Amino acid sequence: MSILQDANRQQISKRRKIDFILHILFIAATAIGIVALMALLVNIMVDGLSRLSPELFTNYPSRIASKAGLKSAIVGSIYMVLIMAPISFILGVGAAIYLEEYANKNKFTRLIQLNISTLAGVPSIVYGILGLTLFVRGLGLGRSLLSGSLIMTLLILPIIIVSSQEALRAVPRQRRDASFALGATRWQTVAGSVLPSAMPGVLTGVILALSRAIGETAPLVMVGALTFVAFLPSGIMDSFTVMPIQIFNWISRPQEAFHELAAAGIILLLALLLIMNFAAILLRNKYQKNL
Amino acid sequence: MNTLIDIKNLNLYYGTYHALKDVSLTIPEKAVTAFIGPSGCGKSTLLRTLNRMNDMIAGTKIDGRVEITGTDIYSNEVDVETLRKKVGMVFQQPNPFPKSIYDNIAYGPRLHGIRNKQKLDEIVEQSLRQAVLWEEVKDFLKRSAFSLSGGQQQRLCIARALAVNPDILLMDEATSALDPISTLKIEELVQELKDRYTIVMVTHNMHQAARVSDQTVFFLNGEVVEFSETEQLFSNPTDQRTEDYITGRFG
Ligand SMILES: Nc1ncnc2c1ncn2[C@@H]1O[C@H](COP(=O)(O)OP(=O)(O)OP(=O)(O)O)[C@@H](O)[C@H]1O
Ligand SMILES: [Mg+2]
Repeated sequence: MSILQDANRQQISKRRKIDFILHILFIAATAIGIVALMALLVNIMVDGLSRLSPELFTNYPSRIASKAGLKSAIVGSIYMVLIMAPISFILGVGAAIYLEEYANKNKFTRLIQLNISTLAGVPSIVYGILGLTLFVRGLGLGRSLLSGSLIMTLLILPIIIVSSQEALRAVPRQRRDASFALGATRWQTVAGSVLPSAMPGVLTGVILALSRAIGETAPLVMVGALTFVAFLPSGIMDSFTVMPIQIFNWISRPQEAFHELAAAGIILLLALLLIMNFAAILLRNKYQKNL
Repeated sequence: MNTLIDIKNLNLYYGTYHALKDVSLTIPEKAVTAFIGPSGCGKSTLLRTLNRMNDMIAGTKIDGRVEITGTDIYSNEVDVETLRKKVGMVFQQPNPFPKSIYDNIAYGPRLHGIRNKQKLDEIVEQSLRQAVLWEEVKDFLKRSAFSLSGGQQQRLCIARALAVNPDILLMDEATSALDPISTLKIEELVQELKDRYTIVMVTHNMHQAARVSDQTVFFLNGEVVEFSETEQLFSNPTDQRTEDYITGRFG
């Protein structure tokens, strides 16, 4: 008898059947997700594409749907990112460097670590409440662009810290040893050897965190980023609005025309997020090549 | 020969683990000293106490003295940055930075404040020449250090260590990741370098120790078993355990 002839053919065919059924099941699971997403996209496209015109970028919000645009919201979102990006980069990466490169690994730092990881999952509305107390009232910054940006900074800080820590941790120990063995101080090692290797990973995290902030609404509703702003903020203490809030405002109106405007706004927002995620992926690929 | 490093009653603990037990040794200058012994006996640990790389491992405790030219390197008088500048190290795995060949060599001098381009150029060329790598890389110094072969990378790491002008060079199994030809090149290099540097090397290769070193130290379980001229130690060991080890009867 050949060694390839086995008495167990029946058992094998049963195993194959289970394999086949599960295979189908997994495809179905994937398909449901994709179909739902496609349906959503198609629905939004159908509603919004006709409204996607240059006026959307150049007009201020208006009570008349045909004249309404996203100008103040787009500029508000951009300003917010411009304020947020440097602050959250410095604070987030700084904290990550401290935790990974300087701090001793003891109970206290483990507690901090646990806290940061937990904070990354706290609902955003909670940050809104915190911001309302701390920035709007406490520091008397009012319902300003600065307050909103600072709240968003707090919101994405834990995400940036955690992702930067991961990027730092991925730098091989030998690279630090090589630097220390040449007589480098801790900071020289971080700046000259660790950060250059970790930077693409760090930036990827920062971009993804910023893109999360661009799409967030709840904390800004809390501090009242005004929904009807027919002017551009002239300074950081001015009131402002951002894209998701304007979209939210349009959606909640009864007229069909405003719903279409909202859909156009969503397309814009999605395109923006897509571009940012794409940039993050490009960076990550570059990173992997360098390792 | 003059003594350069004087280790006196050194004990080292990793937490509660007693890794070096009452080690006393003198290491002569401008010579090659080899550490041999079975895996886990503390060779790397002792090597790392010489440039205080153990400081960074949490939970290490050290007592005893390590004197280099009469100064205790664990005293307040010594800055660890200066110590490591004077005591260079080459690791088991070649570990170049993800930078160009030039920037790898210039990394050390830049740390210590040399900014002048011409001076850096000089140092880079001189270090690469000393590591016998110059002829192979002089035309593409801007290329990534990762484009070099393993053996070339290790010589680059030696050149990088030499670029800060050390007096002592520590090599921890620096050839164990390399092919025989690269290994031979590095052994020849060590022979050349010992005119100017004091070299301490850890090796698992008994032939290498016999070929390259002037003194050999045999360790067992964190203790020095025997320390003598290499020829003497290999041809006529005084301790039975040394003889067993070098003849391959255990370890
Ligand atoms: N960071 C550390 N924490 C705890 N124990 C350690 C640490 N590093 C080394 N040891 C222990 O100390 C002992 C000596 O280690 P060391 O690395 O000096 O050995 P070695 O002689 O260099 O061995 P090998 O030839 O395998 O490199 C070993 O038993 C090892 O397990
Ligand atoms: Mg070792």
